[in-house]
Parts: sequence; structure tokens; C-alpha cells
Amino acid sequence: MANTFVKIASVTVGSGGASSIDFTSIPGTYTDILVKLSGRCTTGTIRNLYMNLNSDTGSNYPFRFLYGNGSSAGSSNSTSEGFSDVAWVGYLGGSTITASTFGNVEIYIPNYAGATYKSISSDSVYENNATAAYASMHAAIWNSTSAITSLTLKANSGNLAEFSTATLYGIKSS
Amino acid sequence: MSEVATAIEVNCETGEVTERPLTAEEISQREADAAAAAARQAEEDAKAAADAEAKAALLTKLGITADEAKLLLA
Repeated sequence: MANTFVKIASVTVGSGGASSIDFTSIPGTYTDILVKLSGRCTTGTIRNLYMNLNSDTGSNYPFRFLYGNGSSAGSSNSTSEGFSDVAWVGYLGGSTITASTFGNVEIYIPNYAGATYKSISSDSVYENNATAAYASMHAAIWNSTSAITSLTLKANSGNLAEFSTATLYGIKSS
Repeated sequence: MSEVATAIEVNCETGEVTERPLTAEEISQREADAAAAAARQAEEDAKAAADAEAKAALLTKLGITADEAKLLLA
């Protein structure tokens, strides 16, 4: 059981926002990695958070997820959505949600440096002082045997807003 | 005015943080993602509108209000 968290790197988006956050040169010395993101987006109401690994934008990330939004619940997957060139790892609120509130996303990737396909699990929730706000749980796999050395986080539309913060942790087995 | 398309890169070995413009490929991918999301949202909105319309039509047919329907199902 993994039990030791080490902060590898952290970044906060500056004024003007950013289209993506890339963690590069991730060391392969841990057992698992974990990303914690506090964020919101600069446009729209509901935004999807996507992730690519090692800059791979091929259709190699089949995913599925469950969500609730305050009035309904549902599920979907990469086949229904019609794409798998990114791992859909969460929801974030956009510019129209309650000001100065940020959503949380947590992404866990065990055995990220191994030679098997990489499983990805994540959950997300965002704040909104209104009826609709999303909470979700996601599962995906990256169909690659390469060790993960970089990861990219981006919204499906618009930028990650100023003060959005992503932190990458390495986890070592005891 | 369109937003500036930049990526923040964090080098985990050196801790160096740099900001760079998106590549042409990244911009193209970003546009495709936005188009797919807009299509999905339009589909969801259309379904929600159709559901609401069907519900209203059913209530009219039954001659009861939404609150009365809730009472029936409670």
C-alpha cells in the first residue's frame, strides 16, 4: 500500500490564464503519481478537464465516467462521446459560476513508470452558488507501455483561470 | 478578443517554470476539443428541452399541475 507522498512540483496560473499546464521530466522514481488541481476556467459555465500523457494525442485513452449536477445524474464513455484522444478526468466551472470559487480535481495514476498500460482514476467537484454544479468520478486507461514522463492538463474550451493551481505528488510504497 | 493560447510548463527535474505559445498541433487540437464540447452541450440542451416539453404536454393531457403530479407519486 502506497503511503508516502512527496510534492514533485506545483504551479499556479498567472494573470491572463493558461491554455494548459504541462508537467515535464517527471522522475520515474516513485510507485504512483497523484495530481491535485484547484481550478476554474475563463469561459462558459461547465468545462471538461482533459489530460494527455507524454504528449500522446492519439486515440489511446478510452474512458468512462459518472456525474451528478444537482438535478440529474448520468454516465458516459469515450465510445458515446466519440473521442478518446484525451483522458476526460473531471469537470471545472467556467466564467459564469460564482465568482472566486474554484473546483477540485484529483487524478491518481498507479504504476506510472511501469511497462503495462496505465490506469487513471479521478474525481472532481466544483463550487457554484446555484442549482447546477457537477460532481463526477472518472476512469480511463492510457494504452501505452511507456513510462509516464510528462502530463498535460487542459480545459475543453477556454483557458485555466488565474490562481488555478496544480500540484504533482509522487508516492512511494513503504 | 480571443484569449492568449499559452501553455505553462513545469520541469519536474529543475523546478523551472516557463510559459510558451501553443504549437500549431496543440491549437488545432484545442479547436477540435471545443467543437466537440459545443456539439455535446447542444445535444444535452436539446434533450433537456424535449424532456421538459414532453412533461408539460403530459401534465396538460392529465389536467393536473406539476405539484399535483408530485403528490400522486409521493
